[in-house]
Amino acid sequence: MKSALALLKKDFSSEIRTRYAINSLGMFIVVTVSVILFSIGNEKINEYLTGGLFWVVVFFTSMSGLSRAFVSEEERGTALTLQLLAKPESIYSGKFLFNVALVFSMNLIIAVLFSLLFEMFLFKNLLLFVFAFIVGNVGVAASSTIIAAIIAKAGSKGTLYPVLAFPILLPLILTLIELTKQAMDGNTVSDSSVELAVLFCYDVIMISAAYLLFDFIWKD
Amino acid sequence: MTDGTSRIREYKIEINNLTKNFGRRLIFKGIDRVYDRPGIYGISGPNGSGKSTIVKIFCGILSPNSGTITHHSGASKIESNVWYRHIGFVSPYLVLYDEFTAEENIAFFSAIREINFDAGRSDFLFEKFGIIDRKNDLVKTYSSGMKQRLKFIGALYHNPDVLIFDEPTSNLDIAGKETVYNVIKELSKEKIVFLASNDREDIDLCSEVLDLNLYKSK
Amino acid sequence: MAWKIFLFVLMTLVCIAGITFPIVEEPSKWYHFPLIPGLEENAKIIFFHVPTSWITVIAFLMSTLYSVRYLRKKDLDDDSKAYTAAQLGMIFCILATVTGAVWAKFAWGSFWSWDPRQTSIFALLLIYGALFALRSAVDGEEKRATLSSVYSIIAFVTVPFFIFIMPRIMKGLHPGSADDTNAGPIVDFKMNSNMQVVFYLSLIAFTILYYWMWNVGYRSHIVKEKLQKQIS
Repeated sequence: MKSALALLKKDFSSEIRTRYAINSLGMFIVVTVSVILFSIGNEKINEYLTGGLFWVVVFFTSMSGLSRAFVSEEERGTALTLQLLAKPESIYSGKFLFNVALVFSMNLIIAVLFSLLFEMFLFKNLLLFVFAFIVGNVGVAASSTIIAAIIAKAGSKGTLYPVLAFPILLPLILTLIELTKQAMDGNTVSDSSVELAVLFCYDVIMISAAYLLFDFIWKD
Repeated sequence: MTDGTSRIREYKIEINNLTKNFGRRLIFKGIDRVYDRPGIYGISGPNGSGKSTIVKIFCGILSPNSGTITHHSGASKIESNVWYRHIGFVSPYLVLYDEFTAEENIAFFSAIREINFDAGRSDFLFEKFGIIDRKNDLVKTYSSGMKQRLKFIGALYHNPDVLIFDEPTSNLDIAGKETVYNVIKELSKEKIVFLASNDREDIDLCSEVLDLNLYKSK
Repeated sequence: MAWKIFLFVLMTLVCIAGITFPIVEEPSKWYHFPLIPGLEENAKIIFFHVPTSWITVIAFLMSTLYSVRYLRKKDLDDDSKAYTAAQLGMIFCILATVTGAVWAKFAWGSFWSWDPRQTSIFALLLIYGALFALRSAVDGEEKRATLSSVYSIIAFVTVPFFIFIMPRIMKGLHPGSADDTNAGPIVDFKMNSNMQVVFYLSLIAFTILYYWMWNVGYRSHIVKEKLQKQIS
């Protein structure tokens, strides 16, 4: 665990030096949200649609940024260096934690932007949305990290990432959209306990599958 | 943790009938060796003969298709997922983090290895390899020879039992080679040192050479 | 050879029986099928839609099992087996989607309505597609085999969400959904015995057909790979 945290610290310092995520992901969010605003024009869109659009933006932003965790190591050739420094599990944990942090900060920005720009992005039960948001973000980070590890070893990395990640993220995103609707309708947390449990199961299953399989991907 | 106080452990690497294919193409097969005492051991063979492949197998990064390789420290067998703790590795295809300074690289390596960073030891090694006055420069600004020296520091920092040097003298000037040869000779008194190389000079240092050409097909 | 003839006879029988046997309100002859309310003549597609979906699932399962085996034993033959199963799975998945959409047009009024089952089979199509995209993007047989094995296992662990959980969460039209008023699968309750016989014969015939195609497929794949090695 200590080495996972050390790796996390390394990635953070690297991020501060290179400002990759801050610049490119920040701009990506701005661009995507503006495209949505342009295409809507003066149309009033209903609340369910803003909820769906929110997760669409989250999905595409994740697809543009989260693969970097492994792709950058692989492209620079530092993957071998890491292999000689720590156990595969520590590497996965470190990268996973970094992606969790990235997903949270990124989605928080998107959520703030949405609530500022769309009047209808309102929740009768904010607590339910916050729960879904937290558990959902962990799930997004878990799946994206393991898929990133896979595509880092393959060619045509950029285009392949959403193709591989979408079917894996689909059950998560469908459940999240459903929960967002329910939060907008004002369901209580206990009304939606089944959906929250599904999200939670997804996180647990994905994290454990990733842990078990990462070894195979990581070793050449 | 300085070089003078390092314990001499009985470290042993045992290789049994080692075979590696890439896909359905054979790289080498049937290698049997035991390395159980300090010394310099060479691995030679022309380009593409699998030198880098076999040293990666020694590190546990690649797994062989058949045959076994085991590391023992004293009487106890070491699990393959922690071999990296006992290995120091230098090779041209090992890459350092460009955006950090040399010392930060070493500090991150030690943190990821879960050992406390000791500035004294790192300075000692920087001194030894003659790049102490550049230790606070970004690795981006380093020449390839200096990077090679920094890799040696990274490989020696955690005081490993086994050292694996794949083409150790590539990119080095004469003074650098001299330093490296001295270090290798010094290390070989108490550690197992592997040299994978084609260079005559490198191979002449070795007490025993594994020629991969002899294991192509039988 | 004998079982190929057997398969041929079985397939012919299923096709003829499935298509030509009439559906009547009061089955009296041995070849009469009963009328199932809400399905009427459409019911006949069950002999083709259900077996193709069944094979899709079997192929996916086999592909995953051989992927697990590949990761354990690192034998490239297992990868060929997994790959061939995935290829056949893709073909049957398309067939199941098409037959399902045709059935949906007549039973529910439109070809596609994002019913949970339709969503699931769509996701399965995407998974198969992604698997082939991944395979074509990786050079080096071993790496390709490892990565596609890992991916198919990860894809496989999401299957419970599609099969068991999505239909419970989303509104559905397909039999077996949460708000299905037909109370249970058609197979047990609404079919008479001769319909069931044809249905199970069809399942058996398709399974044998799949197994035969898979057997030929993976062996030819292995031979092809070995030949390529010799040429290059």
